[in-house]
Amino acid sequence: MSTTEAVVQTHLDEHGDHGHEQSFLRKYIFSTDHKTIAKQFLFMSLFFLLVGGILATMMRWQLGFPSQPMPGAGGFPDTMAPGGIILPEFYNSLVTMHGTIMIFFAIMPLLVGLFGNLLIPLQIGAPDMAFPRLNMASFWLAVPAGLLMLASFFVEGGAAGAGWTSYAPLSASGEWTGVYLGQQLWLLSLTILGFSSLAGAVNYITTVISLRAPGMTWFRLPLTTWALFITAILVLLAIPILTGALIMLLFDQTIGTGFFRPEVGGEPILWQHLFWFFGHPEVYILILPAMGITSDVLANRARKPIFGYHAMVLAIISIGFLGWIVWGHHMFQSGMNPLLGTSFMISTMAIAVPSAIKTFNWLGTLHRGDIHFDTPMLHALAFVSMFIIGGLSGIFMANTPVDIYIHDTYFIVAHIHYVLFGGSLFAIFAGITFWFPKMFGRMMHEGVGKVHFFLTFILYNLVFFPMHNLGLEGMMRRIYDPNEYEYLQPLQPLNTFISVAVFCLITVQVLFAGNFIWSIFRGRKAGSNPWKSNTLEWSVPSPPPHGNFDGMPTVYRGPYEYSHPDAADDHWPQHLPPPRGGASEPHPAPAPSLAPEGVAP
Amino acid sequence: MEHLSWLLPESFSTFGQEIDRLYYVILWITGIVFVLTEGLLVLFLFRYRHREGGKAEHSHGNTTLEMLWTAGTAVLVLGLAVASTSVWHHVKRNVPEGALEVIVTAKQFEWTVTYPGADGLVGTDDDFNQRNTLNAPTARPILIHLRSEDVIHSFFIPEMRVKQDALPGRSIRVWFEATEPGEYVIGCAELCGLGHYRMQGRLTVHATDAYQDWLEGAMAEAAQ
Amino acid sequence: MSIASATERLPMPGMKVYNLKLGMWVFLLSEIMFFTGLIGSYIILRFAHPEHFAEPGVVLNVPLTAFNTFVLICSSVTMVKAFAAVEQGDQKGLRRWLLATIVLGTFFVGVQAVEYSVLWSEGFVPIAEQYHAVGRGAAHAGEAATAAVLGGPLYGATFYAMTGFHGAHVSIGVLCLIFVYLRARKGAYSAGSVGGVEIMGLYWHFVDLVWIILFTIVYLI
Ligand code: HEA
Ligand code: HEA
Ligand code: CUA
Ligand SMILES: [Cu+2]
Repeated sequence: MSTTEAVVQTHLDEHGDHGHEQSFLRKYIFSTDHKTIAKQFLFMSLFFLLVGGILATMMRWQLGFPSQPMPGAGGFPDTMAPGGIILPEFYNSLVTMHGTIMIFFAIMPLLVGLFGNLLIPLQIGAPDMAFPRLNMASFWLAVPAGLLMLASFFVEGGAAGAGWTSYAPLSASGEWTGVYLGQQLWLLSLTILGFSSLAGAVNYITTVISLRAPGMTWFRLPLTTWALFITAILVLLAIPILTGALIMLLFDQTIGTGFFRPEVGGEPILWQHLFWFFGHPEVYILILPAMGITSDVLANRARKPIFGYHAMVLAIISIGFLGWIVWGHHMFQSGMNPLLGTSFMISTMAIAVPSAIKTFNWLGTLHRGDIHFDTPMLHALAFVSMFIIGGLSGIFMANTPVDIYIHDTYFIVAHIHYVLFGGSLFAIFAGITFWFPKMFGRMMHEGVGKVHFFLTFILYNLVFFPMHNLGLEGMMRRIYDPNEYEYLQPLQPLNTFISVAVFCLITVQVLFAGNFIWSIFRGRKAGSNPWKSNTLEWSVPSPPPHGNFDGMPTVYRGPYEYSHPDAADDHWPQHLPPPRGGASEPHPAPAPSLAPEGVAP
Repeated sequence: MEHLSWLLPESFSTFGQEIDRLYYVILWITGIVFVLTEGLLVLFLFRYRHREGGKAEHSHGNTTLEMLWTAGTAVLVLGLAVASTSVWHHVKRNVPEGALEVIVTAKQFEWTVTYPGADGLVGTDDDFNQRNTLNAPTARPILIHLRSEDVIHSFFIPEMRVKQDALPGRSIRVWFEATEPGEYVIGCAELCGLGHYRMQGRLTVHATDAYQDWLEGAMAEAAQ
Repeated sequence: MSIASATERLPMPGMKVYNLKLGMWVFLLSEIMFFTGLIGSYIILRFAHPEHFAEPGVVLNVPLTAFNTFVLICSSVTMVKAFAAVEQGDQKGLRRWLLATIVLGTFFVGVQAVEYSVLWSEGFVPIAEQYHAVGRGAAHAGEAATAAVLGGPLYGATFYAMTGFHGAHVSIGVLCLIFVYLRARKGAYSAGSVGGVEIMGLYWHFVDLVWIILFTIVYLI
């Protein structure tokens, strides 16, 4: 009673700005509408994806054509690339910023910022996030963080150059790298971004727990929402660990504390423990939403219920849980106690099990399906096949003795890109093409989409599959010029081949960019439910109005009732009441009454 | 295009073969899993592609199947883990007796090797240093006390299947026993600054008696 | 629309706890992880380098901080009183107890500031290269130069990191309290709407609890 009124109070505070007609600023810039914020994240992270890609291309130039002037790069300052020839210290900055930007400013905001904001309220039947203003803050914290990160390229000493893992003491003092301000900006930027992620996580968790529409029980949630929910929990618990470590390192850098500086008693390996205790949950933050998206797209395009829904949910949860006890697998060769290494190997291997469940269930979903090969489906299928490769390569590294040889070689680089590009990024492409109509009310161009997919898929494999072999030949990561080592010189042709493939790969992305921008304005108008999907976001107009649903939808069944015998069509939306005496009764859960008594609408 | 092989380059240390064997076991397992899963995927895509009037089967799964592959994977991976612990401990923990001892100190961007002098003990004042060159005999394990003066480096001898980070402020024991005389490369595998890519050393493995000659020569040299 | 959207965005029927409170609980979880990270690092560093850490009480002023701890605990009590008052709809009581909490919180931060300046003057600094803590009293007796250095750089660094981050949390808490207080004066809260006061209390009690842990491991052990 008392609380409910309090709620109305707080909600009015939260949502006070809704009554009157909204100014341009409120509507597009400082919007509190989850759909607008999702789009803001989309544009921001696509920009950073492009930046990360360009950095990668410059790296590949150096590796493919060592110490030759980059075409059209004469304009670079002599501190980076005199006459277009990349310097070793600049190469280190490129690697570092490429990894950092791709992970923190491209993939993470795309998966969590874009899809989290867009889908959670829509899929659970809520009019918006629980805390719309906090949501807005989340985006407007990410922007300055990104700007600081980019700015670090232009400061004295250049951008951070100690790797995206920024191992101390290399990163703890500029005397080792010549990078002072750049490293500090890197630390500051990631600290700010952490607050942005936290704001998002608190919002997502609260929203999923408390704003589900009547009948939307836990086991009727679409897997994307399930994945995003578990991801939000991982973000909530992992980011603070990173933030603490970042600030300690920042103190080492600036005021001269000695947390990670051995010369004054600090412990370099402490940084690694803190970083990876965050870092491994982080990599699952980068895959779980991708798995969710894939599940939704597969089931929809195969017109078949997801195979083993409950097992899928349990797999997501157990991956989220196991992710906390495996961080040591990044530190097998770090000087950590070998006994610990053994236990970390066992826990790491165990993670293959839930991943196996997911992989086989995806295959089971396709079995006896009615598979439509639209662009989103192609990308989702690419996710499955590429995640298998990336995952299996993980097994090699999880094996402590084998890791002795392949640790910090290109085998790892191959793994990274099979899980992050082959995995996360393909799922992102799937998600963007699948929900594009919901975001912009128009379809993306199918033909161009398919061409973009096939070219990307082929070139991507040409680029990254050979990296396994480079690693097996013993080529280390993060080396500016492999030819310094005699035994690596024979690999130069292969490296050149990879680089050429990369140049094609990034060029091909023009197709995506073009298709994306063109479709926003010229794309074929999409109805409210172009994919004949069951989930709630497709029960409202595209794009959905402010407040999403008129009234509160009621949910009568699970999200994957495709090709149900009792259903007229080959899909059976969650919000349609069952026919009299129909198969599935509305769940005994919450009644569709709008609000508890004591509140006068 | 050559160098696309999934075979490991030949190894020349006693535990090298053990590590390589594990690698090939995993290569087989993952290879089979890979062919199986990707094969099924492609098969299904072809077999169940959309046809006019085609309708998908309405099924929510099959619990027994799920039990099966869950258990199967669990057994496989955990078995793999258990099977490889002994090798790991052999390489990283059980330093054999009677090893010949040296100190290797990493710093940006070179390896300093400290050899025992006449007394045969490292850490005494008749020790002598060599830059970027490690010498070892065959058929006798060599124990390296690995240190760093500045940042973290990683002591990497590909052909010996040796890799170990060098931590400033710590001395970490690394050992191996070479099986073949020859010249091998020492690399740095951990990003350690702008010279990381050229932080290179040489390992020379001598036949047992040849090593003695080298040692005497080197000591004499160090004397003046 | 305004009211409608407000009512629609109620927690799903059957939810026992309203969003703001749930949100605060979730947020506090991440706070727990943050301090776990700090305390964990402290423990690791201390076990790795015991020689960096002096005997309890020889460098840090335990009695003063014990008193300060007592002050913070009292502020939790006054916070509880404030919440009880608003539940009874006792506006005057609410304002009075909020004010008391603000005063006590500010006092805590003030004492910490004084403590810092004294420690600093005794050479107990976070800057590794300048660390030369000579212990209590020594400095005043003017024998700072000659006295033996107690503990090592890690002692100073961890001390300021842990107590500093906590102090920041208290200061932010005080600012929020002032904000709540001002709203209370506008009569924003009533027996029917306790939301703001309640989550303020949650945060404040959390910060208090963290301090008790920090005090134990930093000052007493
Ligand atoms: C999306 C990100 C992502 C994901 C999902 C993963 C997933 C996994 N990773 Fe990966 N990892 C990274 C991102 C990711 N990783 C990154 C970025 C690094 C480098 C960090 C750096 O140093 O810069 C890294 C590094 C890394 C290392 C450190 C290597 C080193 O530095 O020496 C290890 C070691 O164990 C590892 C293991 C694994 C394992 C076992 C999985 C497992 O979760 C995979 C499980 C999946 C499968 C196994 C495939 C599907 C299952 C089946 C088909 C069933 C049958 C399978 C069997 C019977 C085996 N990863
Ligand atoms: C998700 C993460 C991600 C992605 C997508 C990529 C993409 C690429 N990466 Fe990266 N990489 C990492 C994460 C990623 N990488 C990480 C974490 C490291 C470790 C860093 C470290 O060691 O510290 C690394 C390291 C790394 C290395 C090792 C460097 C070294 O150790 O010396 C190399 C070398 O070839 C490389 C290459 C590439 C290439 C060629 C691409 C190409 O695929 C890039 C192709 C371009 C794109 C995919 C972007 C295209 C743009 C769009 C589609 C958007 C356009 C649309 C609009 C603007 C509307 N990467
Ligand atoms: Cu030394 Cu890299
Ligand atoms: Cu990991």
